[in-house]
Amino acid sequence: MGFWEKVMRLDRRWVFFLIALAVLIPFLKPLRLPISVTKPVKDIFDEVEKVPPEGPPLLIGTDYAPSTAPELDPMLYALLRHCFATKRRVMLVALYPQGAGMAQAGLDNVLPEFPEVKSGMDYVFLGYQPGIGSVILQMGEEIRRVFPTDAYGVSLDSLPMMEYIHNYDDIAFMMDLSGSSVPMLWVMYAGARYEQRIGVGTTAVSAAQYYPFLNTGQFKGMLGGLKGAAEYEKLIKKKGYTEARKVATIGMDAQSIAHLVILFLIIIGNIAFFASKSHRKKTKLTSG
Amino acid sequence: MRRKIPLTIAFVFGIVMIIQFFIPHPVSRDFYQTMLDWRIIVIAFTYILAVSSLIRIHINKVRRKKTGWGFSYVTLISLTVTAVVGVIGGCFQPTQITTWLIEHFNWQIEQRTVLMVIFTYIQIPMGATMFSLLAFFIASAAFRAFKARNLTAIILLLTAFVVMLGRVPIGELITKRLPEVLQLQNIVEWILNYPNMAAQRGILMGVGLGMMATALKIILGIERGYLGGGD
Repeated sequence: MGFWEKVMRLDRRWVFFLIALAVLIPFLKPLRLPISVTKPVKDIFDEVEKVPPEGPPLLIGTDYAPSTAPELDPMLYALLRHCFATKRRVMLVALYPQGAGMAQAGLDNVLPEFPEVKSGMDYVFLGYQPGIGSVILQMGEEIRRVFPTDAYGVSLDSLPMMEYIHNYDDIAFMMDLSGSSVPMLWVMYAGARYEQRIGVGTTAVSAAQYYPFLNTGQFKGMLGGLKGAAEYEKLIKKKGYTEARKVATIGMDAQSIAHLVILFLIIIGNIAFFASKSHRKKTKLTSG
Repeated sequence: MRRKIPLTIAFVFGIVMIIQFFIPHPVSRDFYQTMLDWRIIVIAFTYILAVSSLIRIHINKVRRKKTGWGFSYVTLISLTVTAVVGVIGGCFQPTQITTWLIEHFNWQIEQRTVLMVIFTYIQIPMGATMFSLLAFFIASAAFRAFKARNLTAIILLLTAFVVMLGRVPIGELITKRLPEVLQLQNIVEWILNYPNMAAQRGILMGVGLGMMATALKIILGIERGYLGGGD
């Protein structure tokens, strides 16, 4: 068996080892690679900047589960920091059962940095309701009909922030964070029917499927994957809104090296494939 | 009868919901809101079906000692414990029982409820770990299967190269000094904005037309698959 054939049959645990190193080393020794801001991310930032401070809120949909948290959590943290630092109000809603837990975990993570921010005054966490499409449609008529209380069991009527908020007419911008197709439902039901302005934060894998909606303006902008989150972190840091640890930016170093390793493996795999193929041909000819 | 009643319900409500969309009368709006309420209630009931089905499957697995039956115990115990903790202890706001327990045993719970402790320290790390494992398998699969065997594979391979490099800062760094059109991040944006979008639009239109056709077939009783088997 030739060298390239041995490479072709390389134990996959070596591949796992290489990837583990590629992910670990940049965390131990950060490369601090520069991150440039793309238009879809800048558009989201501008949309949030348009939300009037202490006025109609930004609605954040946390429609994701822990599996996509490494990519979507940094987006949630960055959006919350942006809003809380600039006195913009926030409403959180979950149409995924685990999304409610993700929203609460996000609040628990960010709120200690803003001791003046209070539930019911500066933000409202609506919690979870089943029936994605119906909930989105019902919120367009009257939010209280589908969420009579917030996630903590407090009546929405008793919350000062909710005094003038009844449906999408009273919400400045909606940002859905999801690794599934829920953002499309927000576009179809809240965007098309109630003309709600919507943005999306999604995983890198799902980002490609939202470009048609981005191009038509149905999504006002997009945060795509960890890179989108890192770009948003850069924007809020540049404006001086936060000094918090930039989790997505740190992760981008690891992702860069991991991508390089995968590309290297693909090249080696192809060289080995063609080398062993020609070796087999030669052997066949000489034996024939 | 078992088929006629559901078919009639599907037909009547399908037609009525289409008609009400074009009538902005208060009665029509009330009807629409009631239908939305009903739908949310029906969907909530599907969770009961889902949980009962899950319990039945795992109890059967344990009874018949099928492969991996030990994990079924883990599933059933986790399900019961999480549900009991959530119902008795509260999801995001501690109930009186939780408050009493916290005070009595002097617990230090940052997350306020035991359910959120379970979610934060068990479910989030486990979920993230499962998904992170994909990176290892993708790398291994790419090494073994991603070969330039023909023209289509070569195009796919080249696109993957450009997108993988262009979506990370190191790719931007590599082509920083090249003219703007040749910089990787701009090539990636072009790929996503044109070839990708054209393909995605085609798929979306196909899906949309398919959804409309299926909805019409269900309303008119042509498509009966949702009724299940048997008479």
